Amino acid sequence: MELVVFVLASAMMLVGALGVVTRSNPVHAALSLVLTLFGVAVHFVALEAYFLAAVQIIVYAGAIVVLFLFVIMLLGVDKAENLGTEPLIAQRWLAGVAGLGLLGLLVVAVSRGADALITRAEGLDTAANGATGDANIQQLARSVFGDYVVAFELTSVLLVVAVVGTVLLARRRAGVEA
Amino acid sequence: MFALDPMLESEVLWTPLLIVVLKVLVVFVVGLVATMLMVWFERKVIAGMQNRIGPNKAGPFGLLQTLADGIKLFFKEDLLPRRSDKFVFALAPFLSFVPAFLSFAIIPLGGDYRDGNDGIVTWFGVETRVQLADPHIGVLFALAISSIAVYGIMLAGWSSGSKYPLLGSVRASAQMVSYEAALGLSLASVILISGTLSTSGIVAGQSTLTDWNVIATGIVPFIIFLIAATAELNRPPFDLVEAEQELVGGFNTEYSSIRFALFYLAEFMNTVTMSAMIVTLFFGGPQPISYGGVTLDIPLIPNGLEGTVWLLGKVLVFLYVYVWFRATLPRLRYDQLMDLGWKVLIPGSLAWFMLLAVQRLARNEGWNVFTTTAAAVIALGVCYALLQAAFTVSNKTREREGAQF
Repeated sequence: MELVVFVLASAMMLVGALGVVTRSNPVHAALSLVLTLFGVAVHFVALEAYFLAAVQIIVYAGAIVVLFLFVIMLLGVDKAENLGTEPLIAQRWLAGVAGLGLLGLLVVAVSRGADALITRAEGLDTAANGATGDANIQQLARSVFGDYVVAFELTSVLLVVAVVGTVLLARRRAGVEA
Repeated sequence: MFALDPMLESEVLWTPLLIVVLKVLVVFVVGLVATMLMVWFERKVIAGMQNRIGPNKAGPFGLLQTLADGIKLFFKEDLLPRRSDKFVFALAPFLSFVPAFLSFAIIPLGGDYRDGNDGIVTWFGVETRVQLADPHIGVLFALAISSIAVYGIMLAGWSSGSKYPLLGSVRASAQMVSYEAALGLSLASVILISGTLSTSGIVAGQSTLTDWNVIATGIVPFIIFLIAATAELNRPPFDLVEAEQELVGGFNTEYSSIRFALFYLAEFMNTVTMSAMIVTLFFGGPQPISYGGVTLDIPLIPNGLEGTVWLLGKVLVFLYVYVWFRATLPRLRYDQLMDLGWKVLIPGSLAWFMLLAVQRLARNEGWNVFTTTAAAVIALGVCYALLQAAFTVSNKTREREGAQF
């Protein structure tokens, strides 16, 4: 059963990820991204991380990709792009190199950290999940607002800085016509 | 055929399986019938308010009018606009229809919650709840589903390849995404008071009238939730999505036949579901009215069934309220809509949530609740003044730069 769920969810993710890369229509690519995000959510449910699965859907599928689609519609770039043009010189080569590097890093990280959860005994205490899903949230809250509160607050500061920066960049100054 | 899997041969597992299948069927059929009746109810009530008769030809009191309309739509030609994106165009109605039904699955539709029972009933020797699913994430499931429902409307407008539907869907997605924040924040107050996410847990915690979350959270989250839910449903006075005078028909202008019927169905289904959700979250769902040890009891009906009757009654009240809104209130302008959402509802629900959290903290830590609340109110007042100052400054800057509204 677990294997079936894993294979199906992974297939969803891979098909979606391939779709994001190969579809030339941006809206279709964004929809493929939704498929991938749902696959991730299914994986979370299979790992008994129900809250993360819900947040994955609410935040990523429900807000972020909707925002992508919104921008695509507003800017009217929903026509298929000509993939022959290359706006930046050698960007394909650089993207390839960066992609391969990331792949290498991920492979090393996964293979070296495969048993970190077991040996360091961190992560979710699935036995405490019990009959209700609330234990899941309580553990997460203790971790986010207790053990890692500084990192959490720093991340929120980062987001605020990003928002303020965007507003500043996007605002047209009086007298300076765009 | 089933002999492939030995697990399915054992007698024990058949009963739960059949119960689940039965529940799915009942929820689906009840959903469809409720939607059908809701369309009739809305037309009839609005007609009454506008001094008309309303549908009265098909069936007794015109009850079968929706069925007749549905059958007619089935046999209409299914048009596919030439400039449409065919796959997405076909997908969009389902993206709005399926979520409408999914969120109905987590609502407790009955069960015995009185005297501290937690709503578990025994059917055919199996303990179960009178709700299709009680997922670990509880009400977050409803939030997730309502955020998925945006896609249906958004993609319908985009894939039509026509400008009015596109405008309608851009409006819709902006509106739904903005009001989802207010919806979630007022929901957070309920979760804080109930201490659980599960819908049956939230219902079980509202055993007496003063425990009903509408009173326990101090009414403000309920009002915000009601307004935000109306906007989330794209119902009047927030129906800018399909403002007939401006956008022909909104996001579904290019749709015809059964695909249009699916959108129509989803819209009314969502209204029913959202009413049931409001009742579950704020008005005790299937709980009877009970105050000071006295419980109103409907005679002749066993306690297990009585919950369903209470739920139906409460949901009907909110369905009426939605129709009433539609008959009474004029449509908001788009900037008024956004101002209400972002400048009133979101800060309001956040402030109220903070207030409730402070009181909870004071009680847990043994501080004086009154002084702590007063301090929190002062802090929130300062925040409000800052917010107002920011609005004034930004309005002045906009005026100086010659913006016109």
